[in-house]
Amino acid sequence: MNLHPTTAGLLLAGILFVLGLISVLIRRNIIFMLLSVEIMLNAAGLAFVVAASHWGQADGQVMFMFILAMAAAEVSVGLALILQLYHQLRTLDSDEASRMNG
Amino acid sequence: MLPALIPAIPFLSACILMLCWKRVSRSAVTVIGCGSVGLSAIVALAVAATVVAAGKEPLVQHVWQWIQVPGFAAGIDFRMDALSVVFTLVITIVGFLIHVYATGYMHDDEDYGRFFACMNLFVGSMLVLVMADNLLLLYLGWEGVGLCSYLLIGFWYKDPENNYAARKAFLVTRVGDTAMAIALFLLFEHMGTLNIQRLLQEAPVLWAKGDPMVTLIALLLLGGAVGKSAQLPLQTWLPDAMAGPTPVSALIHAATMVTAGVYLIARMHVIFELSPAAQTATAVIGAVTLLMAGVSALVQTDIKRVLAYSTISQIGYMFLALGCGAWSAAIFHFVTHAFFKALLFMSAGAVIVALHHEQDMFKMGGLKKTLPGVFWVFLIGCASLTAIPFVTAGFYSKDQIIWLSLAAAGGHKVYWLAGVLGALLTGMYTFRMFFLVFYGEAKTAVHHIPGPVMMVPLYILAGLSTVAGFIELPHTLGHVTLFSNWLTPVLPTVQMALESTALEWLSQLISAVLALGGIWLAYVWVMKRPQGMVDFLSMPGQVWLQGFWRRGWDMDALYNALIVQPFVYLSNINRKDLIDKIYTGMAQLTEACHNAMARTQSGILRWYIMGVVLGAVAILSVLIWRLHEVS
Repeated sequence: MNLHPTTAGLLLAGILFVLGLISVLIRRNIIFMLLSVEIMLNAAGLAFVVAASHWGQADGQVMFMFILAMAAAEVSVGLALILQLYHQLRTLDSDEASRMNG
Repeated sequence: MLPALIPAIPFLSACILMLCWKRVSRSAVTVIGCGSVGLSAIVALAVAATVVAAGKEPLVQHVWQWIQVPGFAAGIDFRMDALSVVFTLVITIVGFLIHVYATGYMHDDEDYGRFFACMNLFVGSMLVLVMADNLLLLYLGWEGVGLCSYLLIGFWYKDPENNYAARKAFLVTRVGDTAMAIALFLLFEHMGTLNIQRLLQEAPVLWAKGDPMVTLIALLLLGGAVGKSAQLPLQTWLPDAMAGPTPVSALIHAATMVTAGVYLIARMHVIFELSPAAQTATAVIGAVTLLMAGVSALVQTDIKRVLAYSTISQIGYMFLALGCGAWSAAIFHFVTHAFFKALLFMSAGAVIVALHHEQDMFKMGGLKKTLPGVFWVFLIGCASLTAIPFVTAGFYSKDQIIWLSLAAAGGHKVYWLAGVLGALLTGMYTFRMFFLVFYGEAKTAVHHIPGPVMMVPLYILAGLSTVAGFIELPHTLGHVTLFSNWLTPVLPTVQMALESTALEWLSQLISAVLALGGIWLAYVWVMKRPQGMVDFLSMPGQVWLQGFWRRGWDMDALYNALIVQPFVYLSNINRKDLIDKIYTGMAQLTEACHNAMARTQSGILRWYIMGVVLGAVAILSVLIWRLHEVS
């Protein structure tokens, strides 16, 4: 196997993204869903970094910093919501929180 | 004196009574209710005197511009000419007497004030009808009369039967009213005006004699007249209209309502003269109706229904005269008929009250001794209705119609035959009623002798029923033509096809003999009851035939089967409103779509993520595919 480093990096990012997506779709525990979303975010960050190194520009790495900052903010809000959910429903099963249906 | 006051006074009093009859005393209601019509009669007399003094010059008064749009104008315009004067006087004077009588008849009724409010409105509407100068105002009065007949026939509204009769009268006359409305539309479309005088002047210029359009208009007008005047085929409402209080029946039959059709045809005589077919139709309807109603009157058991059928029959005579072109003869018979029919109805009412609201003649009898006053006035009314020669008003008017139905230009032997047969029937049914009520043994005790309030109007009408005939005497008997001369400027004199004094004598003799023969037959039938006649009348076919006639030739059943039942059937089909299905269908479709979409909002988070992913995949696929195409 003789892969170009950029291709290899993007493949890794894609695999990570798909893994995260699949686990978001099949997991019911809402903490694991949050984790999987983080994996997808990081996969996207990895793709930015790989692209930055490919073109020799710093923009992608700056973007990764933004993603990290945003992920931190998102996790704090998300964890607070999960806590509230647990208080209300005494469960972490996301399918139980389906009262808002048509 | 202003003509507009004549209808305005009863209208005003109707308004006052409607608004506050519950707050004023009975005597106040009596004064307002009767006084207004009495005052109106005095004004009518004054206006009539003015018209006479002015040499029959019509008195026209423009009260108010009612409608004014480009191409059409209609005003509240009243016109008093010779014809209107005759009708106005009869309506107000006979109406006044009926009102006075009603104060006695209705004295114990709890809705005394409502009764007089409706009666005044009735008289006012009829006055508008006969005084209107344009057909639109005439139509207003026409509909007002229809409304009041509904209100008064269903006056005792707590009994569903009365309401049924009121609705029937309203709906059946509505058929004729619709025909008349179409006639007005056609007249306006072709002539551009509804002013009666202009219509009468311009119609002969616009249309030749026998033009199909003028025939159509005349037939539609005839339809309206037939509905209001209860002629064949719309006569079925009148016998049921007896559900109302007796003064109402007297008012409907004598002064207002049923004579409106006669007035309409007389008023529009130019249109009818232009259409020989419509005139023939008028005469034929009159002749057939007078015989059919006469036969039905023979076998009734209810005293008021006998009188109802006799009205239909007598109006048939008027239509026959109108159809023959004997205009003034029809109006003359209207006048005498108003007197003696009001007299008969009100004396029948006195009998009914005396016997505690018993209307079945077979439960009466022997009243000659107990009610002598009513006996004499009833006898005078019956004599006038039967047209007993020389001494009764009915003789002079009916004899004129019978002679003219043969001798006038529009006459025919068949009409004459119907007329004299009708005279025989009239004698039979009138005196059958008379003998049943006043002779024989008493079957119901008299509990209430009518007081002077009820008797005085009867005496006055009895006098009028006798002397009113002397204003118009035939050639053979003195030749007085006051009445037809009076009407000459409005109605053309009758065109004679036959001038023969001998034949006129013969006609008078035959009709007189047949009328007296009718009385004799009634006497034999009711009083003598020979065995042969009793056997003949109880044969199975005879019994069926009598029932058939008593039910008015089963016209009600016929209309029920032909019109009412199919209509009810269609209404039942359409009970859920078929057209409405389109609109409810739209709403149901929207709701179904909404439900389908709402199902996707499951509340399960992972389904939403799946939706986002699928959407993203779809958008990316399209983008990549597009990029491929471009490159």
